[in-house]
Amino acid sequence: MTAQQKFWWVMGGVLALLLLASTIGWWLGRRAAPDRREVIDNLNARIRAWWWMTALLCACFVLGRVATLVFFALASFFALREFATLTPTRRGDHLPLVLCFYLAIPLQYWLIGIDWYGLFAICIPVYGFLLLPAITALGGDTENFLERTTKIQWGLMLTVYCVSYAPAVLLLHIPGYQGQSLLLMLYLLLVVQISDVLQYVFGKLFGQHKLAPQVSPSKTVEGLLGGGLSAIAIGACLWWITPFTFWGSAGMSLVIVLAGFLGGLALSAVKRSIGAKDWGSMIEGHGGILDRLDSVTFAAPIFFHIVHYAFM
Amino acid sequence: MITAHVLVGLVRLLVGAHARWIGCEPSPAQRIYFANHASHLDTLALWSALPPRLRARTRPVAARDYWGHGGIRGFIADHGFRAVYIERDRSRCEGDPLQPLRDALDAGESLIIFPEGTRSQQPLPQPFKAGLFHLARDYPQAELVPVYLDSLHRSMPKGSMLPVPLTCVVRFGQAMRLQANEDKDEFLKRAHAAVVALA
Repeated sequence: MTAQQKFWWVMGGVLALLLLASTIGWWLGRRAAPDRREVIDNLNARIRAWWWMTALLCACFVLGRVATLVFFALASFFALREFATLTPTRRGDHLPLVLCFYLAIPLQYWLIGIDWYGLFAICIPVYGFLLLPAITALGGDTENFLERTTKIQWGLMLTVYCVSYAPAVLLLHIPGYQGQSLLLMLYLLLVVQISDVLQYVFGKLFGQHKLAPQVSPSKTVEGLLGGGLSAIAIGACLWWITPFTFWGSAGMSLVIVLAGFLGGLALSAVKRSIGAKDWGSMIEGHGGILDRLDSVTFAAPIFFHIVHYAFM
Repeated sequence: MITAHVLVGLVRLLVGAHARWIGCEPSPAQRIYFANHASHLDTLALWSALPPRLRARTRPVAARDYWGHGGIRGFIADHGFRAVYIERDRSRCEGDPLQPLRDALDAGESLIIFPEGTRSQQPLPQPFKAGLFHLARDYPQAELVPVYLDSLHRSMPKGSMLPVPLTCVVRFGQAMRLQANEDKDEFLKRAHAAVVALA
């Protein structure tokens, strides 16, 4: 099977799942009691948003690598916009923030585009890390300096550096898997997002024991186990679109699910500490774009580096 | 038309400019929107937040010394949001500085004004100048709608060239009118409080 055919087989499966979800949502909406209305409306909004996100992913695959990089650069842009909006900044942070938006984002994705792995991997964590606080210091405002620079670093690392690792799988030239790296990106995103969705579904259906009530009241032990294990099973069954064996794929899915879970947890803690429930309101039903990408920000870099270590 | 569409798209990309109609609904009635002023983006953000049909009938009041010198800014002001220019420097203007605003209101258009007269560096507005009062007195049929723009003082503070993209929410409050025997100071205080209440 060619990469094209594999992609459309997987998309056929996703489409079937979405149809099933939409049907269930419609059916629940018809018989919902008034007091459950809100939950069901939110569920249906989430499902509608999934249709859009799937369509965007298909568009990426059809249009190729440049479109994919532009798409993720925009995702980073909007995620950083959400992060910066919720983070109090002072006049002296203006120039560092301008550089993050107008220099760091294009540069990071351009480095993936020209296949420069060495600089891609260190540009933000080394040069960005050192230069941004220096530029802030030149501005002369020392009030809360450490807190302010920390927040900018966090925002840049999460929304630009970590998110860029999803399309960065295009940099992986795995022997015997040439020209199929977009499938590896699809695999990563599918396992992360299916794990999120199934943890939500299992949590809503069977959730009894809260995992971290202070940080994220919606995360439960039942959700994590049921959703996580199902996502690993689905990931393992997708081994034929990856360069992994069946058990290798199960192992990679385990890593993705765990990293994604930790990402959701850590970013929930960040949200709580700045007093917000959602990162924004860009994706109806889900909240902000960062609410949808939180697990990706942790899973993508870890996935990338394990594959890089194993195959290159 | 195309300039206006491109402009609105760009504003949405950079600062979102999401409208929240808290105290009133969008309406084609003649209105004077008055808002806090913290950055050069305010004019564009408020204008972009309006529904397209209202946007076409609403003209922001813009300082001639900033927007009125041609170039890219002048092009945006003339062909994008159709600015009504106001002369801030009294010595340069003959007669009533509010005359261009009156002309636009007489033509049935709605206006966007920033009654502080200049940008403040703070989230909350400075005291209002008298222009809003004169317009309220002379155009009693126009609804006065208080508006609060958040986060733009961080996005493009005084002295900066490029805006930091931050999501800005544009909150529209309850429409008000000048009350019978309300004097200038009372009215301006009440209008100021209406904007602050949305913050």
